[in-house]
Amino acid sequence: MNSKKLTQNKIDIRKIWYYFTRHIDGFLLTFILVLMSVGLMILYSASGGNIGKVNNQAINIVVALILMWVIANTSMQQIKRIALPIYLIGLALLIGVALFGEIYNGARRWLNIGITRIQPSELMKIAIPLMMAWYFDKYEITLRLRDYIGATLLLVIPVLLILKQPDLGTALLIAASGFYVLFFAGLSWRIIIGLIALGAASLPILWGMMHDYQRQRVMTLLDPTQDPLGAGYHIIQSSIAIGSGGIAGKGWQNGTQTQLDFLPEQSTDFIFAVFSEEFGLIGNTLLLLLYLIIIGRCIVITANASSQFSRLIAGSITLTFFTYIFVNMGMVSGILPVVGVPLPLISYGGTSMVTMLIGFGILMSIHTHPKFIRT
Amino acid sequence: MELRDQPIELQKFRIRLGISVIFILALFSILYVRFYYLQITQQDHYSTLAEVNRISILPLVPNRGLIFDRHGKVLAQNYSAYALEITPSKVPDIESTLDELAAFIEITPTDRQRFMKLMKESRRFKSLPIRNRLNEIEIATFATNRYRFPGVEIKSRVFRQYPEKELVSHVVGYISRINDKDLDFLELNNELNNYRGSQHIGKIGIEQSYEKQLHGITGFEEVETDAAGRSIRVLSRTLPISGNNLILSLDFGLQEAVEKAFGDRRGALVALDPNNGEILAFVSKPGYDNNLFIGGIDHENWNMLNNSIDRPLNNRALRGVYPPGSTFKPFMALAALELGKRTPEYSMADPGFFSLPGVKHRFRDWKPGGHGRVNLHKSLVVSCDTFYYSLGNDLGIDNMHNFIGQFGLGKKTGIDVENEVSGLLPSSAWKMAQHKQKWYAGDTISAAIGQGYNLTTPLQLAFATMMIANGGKAYAPRFVKQIQNSKTGEITNIPENLQYTANFKPKNLEVIRNALIDVTRPGGTAAKAGANALYTFAGKTGTSQVVRIKQGERYNEKLIDERHRDHAMFIAYAPAESPKIALAVLVENTGTGGSTAAPIARQVFDYYLLGNPPKAGDDSLDDNTEEHDHSH
Repeated sequence: MNSKKLTQNKIDIRKIWYYFTRHIDGFLLTFILVLMSVGLMILYSASGGNIGKVNNQAINIVVALILMWVIANTSMQQIKRIALPIYLIGLALLIGVALFGEIYNGARRWLNIGITRIQPSELMKIAIPLMMAWYFDKYEITLRLRDYIGATLLLVIPVLLILKQPDLGTALLIAASGFYVLFFAGLSWRIIIGLIALGAASLPILWGMMHDYQRQRVMTLLDPTQDPLGAGYHIIQSSIAIGSGGIAGKGWQNGTQTQLDFLPEQSTDFIFAVFSEEFGLIGNTLLLLLYLIIIGRCIVITANASSQFSRLIAGSITLTFFTYIFVNMGMVSGILPVVGVPLPLISYGGTSMVTMLIGFGILMSIHTHPKFIRT
Repeated sequence: MELRDQPIELQKFRIRLGISVIFILALFSILYVRFYYLQITQQDHYSTLAEVNRISILPLVPNRGLIFDRHGKVLAQNYSAYALEITPSKVPDIESTLDELAAFIEITPTDRQRFMKLMKESRRFKSLPIRNRLNEIEIATFATNRYRFPGVEIKSRVFRQYPEKELVSHVVGYISRINDKDLDFLELNNELNNYRGSQHIGKIGIEQSYEKQLHGITGFEEVETDAAGRSIRVLSRTLPISGNNLILSLDFGLQEAVEKAFGDRRGALVALDPNNGEILAFVSKPGYDNNLFIGGIDHENWNMLNNSIDRPLNNRALRGVYPPGSTFKPFMALAALELGKRTPEYSMADPGFFSLPGVKHRFRDWKPGGHGRVNLHKSLVVSCDTFYYSLGNDLGIDNMHNFIGQFGLGKKTGIDVENEVSGLLPSSAWKMAQHKQKWYAGDTISAAIGQGYNLTTPLQLAFATMMIANGGKAYAPRFVKQIQNSKTGEITNIPENLQYTANFKPKNLEVIRNALIDVTRPGGTAAKAGANALYTFAGKTGTSQVVRIKQGERYNEKLIDERHRDHAMFIAYAPAESPKIALAVLVENTGTGGSTAAPIARQVFDYYLLGNPPKAGDDSLDDNTEEHDHSH
């Protein structure tokens, strides 16, 4: 009797485990966890051995993983249903920020909703691809130029609002995530090339619209030594950190740039410079490979997605994830201007961690829920 | 309208996905080329730059502002002294270094413990103190042996000191080392840069609430350093600006007088100037030595303070909540007159108890058999409960709440330090919101004599008393009277803050004030304390029932019994005709207000108005007219 009970229990546990993990993509999760662990290790070094910051980040990670699990267990049908409401809420909040937002460090990004302050542009990072994918899914049968223009408007309005805050980094990333949806929805090559040409032509106009500090950042990129103690300081110091790391790096917790506090924002946007200084080119190679593996898995999931909605979402999330990595590493290594973009899964901070993992949760949901083939 | 072909669409999508892969690989290659360029091609160049990256910007920490009482007595000051400091990253084996150091310089186990804790919380490249306040012999001994201890240095530092310790600990508070929570706060307020060299921040009391004034502005020094990080040459320097000095309204002499009058008893006293809300005395007994917290308190002292049954860390004056007891009656009496529920001429027969119509339960007066015929004047002088039971029933709880709310009970008083609590002035809406229960008539009866759900802080009672004394002016109580610019010496007065004025009819107020004067005269509950006073002195006694004591703690029975005793309370102001001081006293677990709390008020007035030094300690008077409130 006793042994019978035991087997019963065993089966139950297996069943529970099955229900718990059936919407989780083990492969993707494993590599995400590996990157997060690397991130915690670097954070420990970047904060000068401050375990408190590492604990905070661990809490961020746990919260983000729980959210990822919840999203992964939500079917795309359900996610599709909330696309429009989320977008509208996000847009309303953005307008709220423009009207009543709180100013911190010269930028109007936060909205006080009584209980806490929120940054609605974060919400838009998820809401925009969802909304645009929903839109294209709805008009899939009769896709015409008119529909592309409608979709573009869905994207341009929030992007302009975020640009006005001003938050160039977030605006660019959101614009990119929306553009990826357009791209995968089949926007004609002629238009894409036209847009690129138009973009190049409008650069002078954009230059005129930029805030002084944004212009300064671009100028600094072209010649960092022009302003060594001001805006150029970040780029000079992070280039020194990366370059002096050499092939094998200076070793964990031994980067002088990091530990002697020469490196700015070393636990957030510039954490990659810490990594590079302490682990060198070998470390960078492994890090890029880890990211490539994750991106590769995301592309496999995208390629196998069954509905137009899922495909567009998955494609956009994947390319946006890549864009984060590229823009962050590019700015830290001095080939892109300094815009506030974190290194995904590694930089300190809860918001971007949550946004990233919600994205992965959607990918897992796409991959693990039964696929309906439309006829 | 063109219908789209699904398989072709899918194929198109996959082609675009393929293009994305190429795009990703191409951009990653660009990154890789850049890394290769920086880390291989240019490695020598950047390594050299990292080597000579020796221009450091060092913060110059400003001196913290000083704190004085109203007569210039120093309550918080700075001194500079030599400290022995260790930079953990430069010392391979901390334990053995400490052992070796101990041979030259005394390092107690407490020092060691504190250092280890500090090390865990700080960056490895930061220099941390192992011993503060080295004497000259110690400095000389270390200097001759310095070569043996790389990474250990003697540094001149500025330290904070609170010369009056326990006497003003609940006013001044303390600074302590900056922790993660403080850093988050500073970051949010965009002040991180100004704290780059600072090790301390105000944690509580005036040190916390006036942090912005006291801290000052950090200066910077651009220095060239050698390979080991030691500075060789100063390139440029921006001097720090010291924090501003604070001049308090507090009268330290009075504070000492209160301390003496309390003796070893626990409790609180807040004395205000009714003409402007200045805080003249602010005592919570027992206090604690706030110097212990500056360098980070050690385990032993922390446990002692934190686990003490006397709870010395608890600021009773600001945060202790007690039922006001009979000190609530003057406010009730004024409510009765202002709202027309009683006239000064009205009187009733007091049988010694009150019952609600149709209910058998008797709410008893403290005096068995009652006080005979009682009018409003007498009800205050002898502290008749029955009068207020029946008054409360006629007023109703919401009238009481709305009227007495004007005296600031159940609200924050607006004092200029943080962490004030609001206490509780109950209403039917509050009970519904809090307990999801309707208000019962019986609840009103006990509330009418200041028991039941009523909870007030000694600060609130002093505030309400001030409003009786000054005719309804609600000045925000404040500690800081003046701010002195440390650089120019220029003194800025902080004007009084009249938050609002409550409109009471002068003739009604007069009735209450006259009764309060008679409280301290023969026949009144504080007659003994008022005997032979050289000024007219108005007051009201009270007894605050001890509702609960923390359960599950092991104390001996005798002690528990003592802690179950009622708290004595007294509110008072003087001279009655043109008040200069208004106060509230609370003495824990000593019974009735007339016998223990009122004599303290008398001594405080004698000192403040006449300059008479208080007699020390425990001379409680035994009033015959002892009162006890029994609401049930």
